[in-house]
Amino acid sequence: MPSEQQIKKQKKYEQYVKSITPSHSLPVNMLKAFITGGLICLFGQWILNTAQTMGADRETAGNWCSLILIFLSVLLTGLNLYSKIGKFGGAGGLVPITGFANSVASSAIEFQAEGQIFGIGCKIFTIAGPVILYGILSSWLLGIVYYILKLMEVIG
Amino acid sequence: MKPAAQTGKVSLAFQEPVYIQSAASIVGKKEGEGPLRDCFDMVSEDPRFGTDTWENAESTLQKETAVLAIGKAGLKPSDIRMAFAGDLLAQTIASSFGIADMGIPFYGLYGACSTIGESLSLGAMSVAAGYGAHILCATSSHFATAEKEFRFPLGYGNQRPLSATWTVTGSGACVLGNNPPVPENTENASPLRHENGCVAVTALTTGTVVDFGFRDSMNMGGCMAPAACDTICRHLTDFDRKPSDYDAIITGDLGVVGQRILFDLLREKGLSISSIHHDCGLLIFDNKSQDTHSGGSGCGCAASVLAAFILPRIVTGQWKRVLFVPTGAMLSKVSFNEGESVPGIAHGIVLEHIQLS
Repeated sequence: MPSEQQIKKQKKYEQYVKSITPSHSLPVNMLKAFITGGLICLFGQWILNTAQTMGADRETAGNWCSLILIFLSVLLTGLNLYSKIGKFGGAGGLVPITGFANSVASSAIEFQAEGQIFGIGCKIFTIAGPVILYGILSSWLLGIVYYILKLMEVIG
Repeated sequence: MKPAAQTGKVSLAFQEPVYIQSAASIVGKKEGEGPLRDCFDMVSEDPRFGTDTWENAESTLQKETAVLAIGKAGLKPSDIRMAFAGDLLAQTIASSFGIADMGIPFYGLYGACSTIGESLSLGAMSVAAGYGAHILCATSSHFATAEKEFRFPLGYGNQRPLSATWTVTGSGACVLGNNPPVPENTENASPLRHENGCVAVTALTTGTVVDFGFRDSMNMGGCMAPAACDTICRHLTDFDRKPSDYDAIITGDLGVVGQRILFDLLREKGLSISSIHHDCGLLIFDNKSQDTHSGGSGCGCAASVLAAFILPRIVTGQWKRVLFVPTGAMLSKVSFNEGESVPGIAHGIVLEHIQLS
């Protein structure tokens, strides 16, 4: 175990390195993320509205919206363009459904050389896996809370 | 040959110079667009080097570089007594598959980005000990294989921090031997002989793994600078020299951030090297126009810059004595995920201009 003095020295070095390391400007990054994510969502809304004016009900229109966004993201990943959107937009490119599709498609492309089973099969969700696991886990937890609140007649 | 003499605590001084008989470098397109574009032997436009996987691409890259270096020394692969080679991939597969076809007795090395230092050290020791007249030292790295090994799939859209370095797609190889390179105006003349000038390894300082408890693997400069500082200080102490005894002190891939830290750490010890310091990672890319953030990195960075930029300057006598300090960050995906720190290592190699009479 490192002694207390060593830990102190390590902390000091860490702070020193942090102080001299350049970093991305947070406000600029936030603005870029807002624009990128906003544009993706605006486009999604446009698909939703168009589908509805063409006679689809709300749910079907939503399905078309996800489907088209995912398809475009996978296509752009294959053309090596989505990584550029991600580099520019940061979380704005990462958080919408297109970012999720990008993480799955990029893994599939990367590990294709290792075979259908051990390559694509095992590694396609390397990045998206945690999102799926903890997404399901948290919806399960929320489901329990919902169930209890319903039993207590807090919500209808 | 006389064996090397142990000097100080961790250094070796060769009684007779170990000559670098030839050197070769091959790099990828991005490196070929950088400031050293005219120095490399070959720039490949095809990032896959004519193969279908990234790993095979790196193997091919390293093999071609080795073949080129052997050819430049006027030799055939069968003349090489043994090879010390390494790369960044798990179980160093780029080297083993690259060198496999050539039938050269092979030692695979891993020293992260410092591997060319490790390879030259062991190669020079073997030559000095009389274990081979021609020893091959080669290392390589490839942007795509390194991203896959340590970071994210290439098509994944994420942002790299400004402290991150860009893995060089490139390879460098040297042939070491106890005889000077083949003279000019003869058959098989080696480019590493200019008039009667040539380059030799004259001393080594073996690096120790230095751990400052730093954990940020996206800031390799911060991980490796303490090791570079340690090796430079030990080297100067062991040989009782000052920085001014060198025409250049050249680190491997500290980048902008690491260089600044190295200067600060050395200043604390009362040493200033800023006027003679170069960093291979800063030489190979123009960070601003090539968007490489802190600079280049990887086994191929120090190796290709050594072959393309450093050795030619020593051969002509522009630099008489150079301390070459390739740096490496010791981590794996597992050690990083398990919360381990990222220690650094740096090997010191003294390269001198030798004027033959």
